[in-house]
Amino acid sequence: MTPPGTTALQAAILVLVAAGATAVVLMRQPSRQVVLLSVYGLLLAVLFFAFQAPDVALSQLTVGAVILPILFLLTLAKVRRQEE
Amino acid sequence: MTPGVRRGVFLAGMAAVLAFFLWGLVGLPGFGHYPGPYGDVLNAIGIRQTHATDIVSAVNFDYRAMDTLGEEFILFAAATGMGVVLRHLREERERSAVDEARDRTDPGTSEAVRVAAITFTGPTVVVGWYIVSHGQVSPGGGFQGGVILATAFAMIYLAGEFLALKRISPVPLADAVEAVGAASFAIIGISALGVGAAFLANVLPLGHMPGEVDSAGTIALISFFVGIEVTAAFVVVASEFLEQTLIVRRH
Repeated sequence: MTPPGTTALQAAILVLVAAGATAVVLMRQPSRQVVLLSVYGLLLAVLFFAFQAPDVALSQLTVGAVILPILFLLTLAKVRRQEE
Repeated sequence: MTPGVRRGVFLAGMAAVLAFFLWGLVGLPGFGHYPGPYGDVLNAIGIRQTHATDIVSAVNFDYRAMDTLGEEFILFAAATGMGVVLRHLREERERSAVDEARDRTDPGTSEAVRVAAITFTGPTVVVGWYIVSHGQVSPGGGFQGGVILATAFAMIYLAGEFLALKRISPVPLADAVEAVGAASFAIIGISALGVGAAFLANVLPLGHMPGEVDSAGTIALISFFVGIEVTAAFVVVASEFLEQTLIVRRH
């Protein structure tokens, strides 16, 4: 049930983004979840690009796939140290 | 509340949200069927008026520069607030915990990560500056380029060079650069008042040809200052997080 005006590439990446988001939620181990989140961020960037929003895709690529996961990883490291 | 009741409440709530979401989705225009006149008007006159071939940048830094100024100060306030909160915690920890993990050894950085990070640091800086300086002619601009530049600093950290990172990006310097970037945006806007134009009006010469790097007047200039502000803001935030994580290791 692709809406009119959607190409096969756009439909494919929409499905991948949905799968990626589900994978992030289903992964219960936090550090692996962060890696999946980074992959999901990358998929979202491709989605924005496929839907002709290169400006947004560029921001998403760096913020969603790199900087946000780094901040999460650092927070995890900090929390783990306090637990020990 | 038993788990069963809790699950019931959750499922009922989710069903309501899903119904609301689908209801909203049905009313959306299909992809590629833009209904409003505003975008069409900008596409028709934007390049002629601003000499920016990236209409997104023209909207961000000229037509709706006021909104972007607000957004930039959101980032500025967020980075400042994070600095304030984390700095307080750091003081506390430095007094209490000297070395909690004396028995643990640092696993070190793998050679593959180190080589990859060092190899990509230079190209990342080049791409970042390209995106910052070409926002008016192609997709990108200060925000996108700024975050790419900030990832270059993250690469230096990934290469295991935390001390080198501290040397090239001391927090006071990043703080100052961030403040200069944010203030310059506002000052450019106020300068337009000096020549009798509206706040944030594009008063600089537009250049002789749309699509050239020295075109688009204040769009290019604002994009540059947003670029350094965003880079510095992310460096400040990342440094504060790093300090939080590494403070024990450094003792």
